[in-house]
Amino acid sequence: MKRQGIAEALRDGIAEEMTRDASVFCIGEDIGVPGGWGGAFTVTLGLAEKFPGRIIDTPIAELGFTGMAVGAAMMGMRPIADMQYGDFLFLASDQLINNAAKMRYMSGGTIKVPMVMRAPIGATGRGSQHAQSMERYFTGVPGLKVIAVSNAYDAKGMLKAAVRDDNPVMIFEHKLLYGSKGARAEPGAVDATSEIPEGDYVVPLNRAAVRREGRHVTILGWLLMAHFAMSAAEQLAAEGIEAEVIDVRSLSPIDYETIGASIRKTGRVVIVEEGPKTGGVAAEIAAGIMENCSDSLMAPVVRVASPDVPVPFAPILENAYRPDVPRIVAAARRLAQS
Amino acid sequence: MKPDPLNRDFLLKLYEKMVLIREFEERVKFLFLEGTMPGTIHQCQGQEATAVGVCAALAADDFITSTFRGHGHALAKGLGVQEMLDELFGARTGCCKGKGGSMHMGNMDKGMVPGIAIVAGGIPLAAGMALAFKMQQKPQVVACFFGDGAVAEGAFHEAVNMAAIWALPVILVCENNHYGASTRVDKVMKNPRISDRAASYGFRGETVDGNDVLAVLAAAQRAAEECRSGQGPVLLELMTYRRTGHSRRDACHYQPKEERELWFSRDPIERFGAQLMERNDVTAADLAGVKARVEQQINEGVERAKVAPQPTVAELTEDVFA
Repeated sequence: MKRQGIAEALRDGIAEEMTRDASVFCIGEDIGVPGGWGGAFTVTLGLAEKFPGRIIDTPIAELGFTGMAVGAAMMGMRPIADMQYGDFLFLASDQLINNAAKMRYMSGGTIKVPMVMRAPIGATGRGSQHAQSMERYFTGVPGLKVIAVSNAYDAKGMLKAAVRDDNPVMIFEHKLLYGSKGARAEPGAVDATSEIPEGDYVVPLNRAAVRREGRHVTILGWLLMAHFAMSAAEQLAAEGIEAEVIDVRSLSPIDYETIGASIRKTGRVVIVEEGPKTGGVAAEIAAGIMENCSDSLMAPVVRVASPDVPVPFAPILENAYRPDVPRIVAAARRLAQS
Repeated sequence: MKPDPLNRDFLLKLYEKMVLIREFEERVKFLFLEGTMPGTIHQCQGQEATAVGVCAALAADDFITSTFRGHGHALAKGLGVQEMLDELFGARTGCCKGKGGSMHMGNMDKGMVPGIAIVAGGIPLAAGMALAFKMQQKPQVVACFFGDGAVAEGAFHEAVNMAAIWALPVILVCENNHYGASTRVDKVMKNPRISDRAASYGFRGETVDGNDVLAVLAAAQRAAEECRSGQGPVLLELMTYRRTGHSRRDACHYQPKEERELWFSRDPIERFGAQLMERNDVTAADLAGVKARVEQQINEGVERAKVAPQPTVAELTEDVFA
């Protein structure tokens, strides 16, 4: 066992998969430049030396290199594409949505696209265009799997599962959770380290994780919000409210089995999402809960999300934008007492 | 058959492929307008030499990517008339089980990716396939078909640049038929010589008479050889003309009469037929025989496709994930 952050765990996971399978390679911007950063958040630091010719630095051409990853995957390679900031996925979305996601279907089930797209998201003092919560734009695309990793153990295990999966998998990571060091460290970072076991392991791509058990209210979150939900649950416990916290983790498909089991126990659910409330993943989960376990609900579903505005720059505004622990506590308390 | 521009049988094969594409497209147009065939159509009458010339230069395990106008590419790369007609009729026996249709015709076993119907969307894909071949140290090449309209897309520039810096084995085949949908090419580019783009990315491009199948074949053979020896990519601009509408019932009122007549006089099949007749071992009866054989093949194919089994509704949700 060793204690690692998400960046280190991902780096080890990528290295292990590249060692195991010669068809695995990385492609993206600034990921293997000698003397560079190893990607914007140090995930691929040092891998170019270890795997010559398999950490491919591209021009600044998100649409182009994403399409190349799709094409290479169709020909038997297993690319791990690195989107420097999730916001740039809009540039790449034609290749992801029109090609990667549909190729198997359009071909009558003959083509496989075993590619991984990693992308960092989250409001982190960078204003509106390096900050958006991008997962919502891909969870409704048939043919894509979408996951969000909130700790180092999951990051490594789900990355490995994604690399071995025969379908396109999008992995969302949060800039405040990487534990990047040196010049790439993030102010306001949250501890997402885990004990990482020696040897190979995978974490399935379709299961939510119960992070804390409770009987009065269920709080659902992912990425940074899963951590805030845990802090909120501690505060609620001091008031005698036992919150069950679930890290949704798999955003497409959504694990209604785990979520439903919790709601059958608590009868109440708060869904926390960083990103604007309208059209978010929380809306989808709320609808799914109504379809899957509305009989168990003792009160309407509650959402805590960002307001419908672009991500602001000023720290005071950004803090007002992003759901925080007090807002989650207040929503859960109100719900538990309803 | 080994490409040999002096061999009678090889030349007649090329001729037959071109006639097959023309007759296939004409029949598809009839079936569509008649209302027998569902969907929409984008056809390539007049452009037969580009598809046939390029694909004749490729090996069976080389790949092509195509566009929404892909019937000719598919037939040239070796897809069968039956699997294509079945696909057009939405049958489960079609090359994509009825899930692709006219715009996504393809068959990986024959070396054709389903057509990419987003303009220029196949170019990054083809570059990525070529990257895979290079990393796997395989000798294959990819021929990537796209139209003149695709050159204005960012995807073209991004992919072509990366293909150039990594010397990828991809033949970039621009079928310049002078119109992006209804818009004439000189309205959307200051320099309408598309092959010039290659030089700005540091590789070789050439403009070729795309209605001369042997000229296309020779250019594609040169390009394939360069790609296989690590000197790719190559941009081929094949000058040609679409004799039919962009899609569906388009009557081409935007194509000036004189221009149409000029290009019709350069029809690739008529030209190649006349060229063949100059040989003392090809007769008018040989060419008529080709046409009769092709017509019979299509007639039989259509009859079978009309009664081919449709997918069951249960198949709707299959083939989303591997």
